[in-house]
Amino acid sequence: MSHGGFSTLFHKEVLRFWKVASQTVAAPVLTALLYLLIFSHVLEDHVRVHGVTYTAFLIPGLVMMAVLQNAFANSSSSLIQSRVTGNIVFVLLPPISYLEFFVAYVLASVVRGFVVGTGVLLATCWFAPLALVEPWWIVVFALMGGAILGSLGVIAGIWADKFDELAAFQNFLIMPLTFLSGVFYSINSLPPFWQQVSRWNPVFYMIDGFRHGFFGVSDESPWLSLAVVGACLALLTVFTLNLLKSGYKLRA
Amino acid sequence: MSAAIRIQQVSKRFGATQALDRIDLEVRQGEFFGLLGPNGAGKTTLISALAGLVRADTGSLAVMGHDVQSDYRAARRHLGVVPQELVFDPFFTVRESLTIQSGYFGIRDNDNWIDEILENLGLASKANANMRMLSGGMKRRVLVAQALVHRPPVIVLDEPTAGVDVELRQTLWHFIRRLNEAGHTIVLTTHYLEEAENLCTRIAMLKAGRLVALDTTENLLRRFSAHSLRLRTGGVMPEQLTCDAAESGGWWSMPFDGFDEVEPLLARIRAAGCGIDDLEIGKPDLEEVFVRVMQGQPAETNELNAELR
Ligand SMILES: Nc1ncnc2c1ncn2[C@@H]1O[C@H](COP(=O)(O)OP(=O)(O)OP(=O)(O)O)[C@@H](O)[C@H]1O
Ligand SMILES: [Mg+2]
Repeated sequence: MSHGGFSTLFHKEVLRFWKVASQTVAAPVLTALLYLLIFSHVLEDHVRVHGVTYTAFLIPGLVMMAVLQNAFANSSSSLIQSRVTGNIVFVLLPPISYLEFFVAYVLASVVRGFVVGTGVLLATCWFAPLALVEPWWIVVFALMGGAILGSLGVIAGIWADKFDELAAFQNFLIMPLTFLSGVFYSINSLPPFWQQVSRWNPVFYMIDGFRHGFFGVSDESPWLSLAVVGACLALLTVFTLNLLKSGYKLRA
Repeated sequence: MSAAIRIQQVSKRFGATQALDRIDLEVRQGEFFGLLGPNGAGKTTLISALAGLVRADTGSLAVMGHDVQSDYRAARRHLGVVPQELVFDPFFTVRESLTIQSGYFGIRDNDNWIDEILENLGLASKANANMRMLSGGMKRRVLVAQALVHRPPVIVLDEPTAGVDVELRQTLWHFIRRLNEAGHTIVLTTHYLEEAENLCTRIAMLKAGRLVALDTTENLLRRFSAHSLRLRTGGVMPEQLTCDAAESGGWWSMPFDGFDEVEPLLARIRAAGCGIDDLEIGKPDLEEVFVRVMQGQPAETNELNAELR
């Protein structure tokens, strides 16, 4: 009985995006498809990466980018909407612990990421032959990456007081990190300086590890990526839990 | 038996504002309790502290004996709060909102009780309407319903009748009274003092974060408001009568304690040669109590509080 609150909150968060799936699922799938059409049209004949065609290389990157961006969008937009409209009290009044709160929001973000990611994969896999050489990496990195961006979404949704503050967080942090992570290129093709810069971007390891699951080759060892991504997840989890425990902006 | 609500030495400061200043308050189980005070007095802050939405700087609060910090799960299970702000989740229908709210409290299969609440609040026909489509008053009803899904023994309503039509007021109070008769403790804040006077057996008044009055409604009325003889006269009132009386708009108002004082009073007016054009008896009312308490006759209120501690 006492742990009913968590599953309802999780379920509600999933229902929330599913009810407006045209915006929360179909739209990002379409965006990814457009990226694929444009970039592969321009680059298909000129570039091969890790021994596969550019289109085949691009698809996993787009899938993972969709997972990450939508995981972030889910928790952050839900929280800021609830806080701005005030209906967050419905979640704060019941006996739901900060841990349950955290897991429910992050897990729902992961679900949204998976749903959109699967949608992108289904929409794009027709354009190039895809292998699934080591599929467990795909699942592990999607799960961890989704959880990391879901946690970041929780932080942003609680930190931002207005929608434009959230947009700033998204435009100046999340977008650069995801775009400059090797979604569209292998970092080996970059000048050495930018290669080094990319290695400081945790999202690079998420994409690289995820892509390893498809081709069995990647810029970095998937074990290194796992370590980096795992460390990020652990750190962010501790940080977010402490933020929630402190009641920051939720329980004044 | 533990108190329904126990508030001890609770203070809360927002920046330069002392929203709550060492509040001590106990509400007994089964009471219909009124929490009154002007805008900004701290009523909502006190309720928020009780609900765990705001953390008190000092002091402690408990619901049915459960501390709202250290034993928050039990405290929140025993408490239902109707927030002052008209909030709703636009993604869901009325029934979905109530089912979800039940789930947050760990309650599955709550349909029978939800139906009963909907029926009693006149919401049955709106059960499947989206929250966005409801009028303000209807949203307010849903807010009340959401506070009741887990059958809390203690129910706190923060201005539930603000901007609400007569019909809902009546259905609402009918329902809340029934819950009170069934043993639920009710705490109400309102700016409609008549409402509080009719419903509440005990009343606390807050002013600038401080508790300035706490007594039964009956005692407050007796102490701070009296019956009064109100009259309009053609002549000039004799001076020995006007020292106790107040004049406004041509009406004199003379307080008295017992009805046996009325005749001598009238006799004296007659003796002074004053003709009476119009006359009525004013009953004591909470509004007068409120005004007098807020104007602060400090001696009296302090005495009152000291007595009640
Ligand atoms: N989150 C907050 N941040 C800063 N100040 C606040 C906050 N909440 C309340 N206050 C201040 O605390 C004081 C008490 O406010 P509160 O809302 O408790 O009053 P109230 O008695 O409920 O008034 P009303 O009858 O208008 O609802 C006010 O001066 C208010 O401005
Ligand atoms: Mg208020």
